[in-house]
Amino acid sequence: MAIFPPPQRVWWNEPVEKSEVFWVSIALIWALIMFFMMPYWHLTGEQNLSNEAYRTTPDAFGAKVEAMVDQYKVREEGDTGVPVVRPPAGSDVYMLARLWEWYPVLEFEKGETYRLHLSSMDWQHGFSLQPENINIQIHPNYDMVVTMTPTSTGEFGVVCNEFCGVGHHTMVGKIYVVDKK
Amino acid sequence: MTGFRTCPTTGFKIDLNADKLIKWNAVSAVIFLLIGGLFGILVALTRWPAVHILPPDLFYLALTAHGLDVLLVWIIFFEVALLYFASSVLLQCRIATPKMAWLAFILMWVGALMTNVAVLMGDSSVMFTSYVPMKAAPSFYLGIILFAVGALIACFIFFGTLVIAKQEKTYEGSIPLVTFGAMTAAIIAIFTIASGAIILIPTLLWSVGYVGSIDTVMYKVVWWAMGHSSQQINVSAHIACWYALAAILFGAKPLSEKVSRMAFFMYILFLQIASAHHLLVEPGLSSEYKIFNTSYALYLAVLGSMIHGLTVPGAVEAAQRAKGYNKGLFEWLRKAPWGNPSFSGFALSVVMFGFLGGISGVMMGTEQLNIIIHNTIYVPGHFHATVVTGTTLAFMAMSYWLVPVLWQKELVGAGMAKWQPYLFGIGMGLVATFQMGAGTLGVPRRHWDMNFADAMINYDFPAAANLMMAGNGIAAIIATVGGVIFLYNMVATILWGKPLQNAPKAEEEAVAAGPVAAHGSAGTMAVPGTFVLALIFLTAFILYYFVNWKYLASVWGLS
Repeated sequence: MAIFPPPQRVWWNEPVEKSEVFWVSIALIWALIMFFMMPYWHLTGEQNLSNEAYRTTPDAFGAKVEAMVDQYKVREEGDTGVPVVRPPAGSDVYMLARLWEWYPVLEFEKGETYRLHLSSMDWQHGFSLQPENINIQIHPNYDMVVTMTPTSTGEFGVVCNEFCGVGHHTMVGKIYVVDKK
Repeated sequence: MTGFRTCPTTGFKIDLNADKLIKWNAVSAVIFLLIGGLFGILVALTRWPAVHILPPDLFYLALTAHGLDVLLVWIIFFEVALLYFASSVLLQCRIATPKMAWLAFILMWVGALMTNVAVLMGDSSVMFTSYVPMKAAPSFYLGIILFAVGALIACFIFFGTLVIAKQEKTYEGSIPLVTFGAMTAAIIAIFTIASGAIILIPTLLWSVGYVGSIDTVMYKVVWWAMGHSSQQINVSAHIACWYALAAILFGAKPLSEKVSRMAFFMYILFLQIASAHHLLVEPGLSSEYKIFNTSYALYLAVLGSMIHGLTVPGAVEAAQRAKGYNKGLFEWLRKAPWGNPSFSGFALSVVMFGFLGGISGVMMGTEQLNIIIHNTIYVPGHFHATVVTGTTLAFMAMSYWLVPVLWQKELVGAGMAKWQPYLFGIGMGLVATFQMGAGTLGVPRRHWDMNFADAMINYDFPAAANLMMAGNGIAAIIATVGGVIFLYNMVATILWGKPLQNAPKAEEEAVAAGPVAAHGSAGTMAVPGTFVLALIFLTAFILYYFVNWKYLASVWGLS
């Protein structure tokens, strides 16, 4: 019994039952398959996060966001005063997170690729693109680059899913995806 | 001075110091389960959109307190009781340095109270994880540190007791498998607490102004070396409980000492490295690091768990078959004591830990699959399956045996106790399932209002997400009823239980199981029923794993 010392002093020489050996073998094979799925998806899959990230500061990152907004603003989001920005396909695009908003609203073209830079001005935030359900952690002082190719059109919500204080549940942004003109 | 009493039920010689320490640590655990559980039901009712009981500030406060009190305080207090039980009682040995053990106990209480007070003051609603640069009151961090120092002392007392038992030759040969499992938990605990000290001491200094800033990614890498490993203490401890319950209830002998111990040894080597489970969508870390770390090397710790998943029910099957329950594949299971809360709790714990907690954990711990899971309410869904239906339910099952035996009192409310594991276990299983379902639809965790009523820009989750969060609330109420029955059973037994006249029936069987212990050893006993169950598990695992890859393949291109 497991609550007493093993009855045979030399328990490590006991033979192991066949079905037990068989189970350990198939479990090991399954473990290896799961392990190699990850590098395999890096080679063949379309959904991998880049390892591209840079050190930055809230001031430096904020300046880049403002420069982009000044250059490519097309309208404002309803009566919120938040600019909607339509950057050219293939370009570097910036979105910042701060208590408690995502700034600015972006407009992408379907099928085009964008280098989306994400960073926080204050605490950590969670970039959660809905209903795609793409989730990325946003840190202050880190500029994370995600190369993103929208494959569907419409209005997408950007929910914050890292707790960031008492206004956390009001932090929602938006990304529009439109067909190519 | 050490004195011993002989337990009339088990015949074990129990050190009186250890006896008192186990009782007080277990009682403390139950008190914090009550406090943490109350915060938990408030959280669940707030997240039910139609009920929405707490305002936002109190919701975030309650969520912080819930996480700390159940994930940390309840579980660690109970594990300290288990460590003393698995060393001093099972080896029938005096406990090492009982005075230090009381110091550990006091430190844990002071720490737990200090952190709870800091949270209740309202300026430390930083969640269990307290990610920098969000700042809590210094006493929040100090309390956790004091609690951890107490737990560390308890681990050293466990090892000290092992040394004494060896020197005083209180047992022959190797330590029992259950003690080996407890030792695995204690080794992981020391790693965990060391990691916690490395990150929480600088954070404490930062909160009082002696340290300028703390890097947010570095904080998470080290914090999760504590946060994730602390859950692996639970896994090791509750699997030790599974083996103990199989032995106590059925007189079951492990199928193979070698295989079961090897599986625990894989935990020691690999289980504690997976802090990257929480860092898979983080900037600044390479994919190579993420893949190696998140998979526990080559999923070797998962292999360990899959081995226990076969050998624990296998041991029960072998013991039952030796008693003559040999008809078909599953007579051994049908004829198991389903009305005994120790057994039903144990059985539900094994099944739900594997099917709900294990499969979801490995899936979402896959580097790329984490993109569609991270920080959604799927994550709490997963860990309510592991920590509540796995660990807490196993500890409850253990308590239904341990409390009457240690106190030598009859269980009060035995009729209700029959239903307790089903109410609590299935209620919590549904909580986990609804949360995972809502998370798949993108609902965020740690969030007061998924309908964003106060937000400038809005987003509407599918109606099904609201329904699932309502289901989560209802399931949490069912589980709470089960939790209250458990607390009543325990408290009433300790305070008003009649002195135990006869040993519990299950225990008689166990003690009378001498001849059975010789069966079920390697090569003598096939366990076809368990093997079929294991294959069903593997099939579910494989299907669920690849369904999620297919789901990932449908989202936007990312590179």
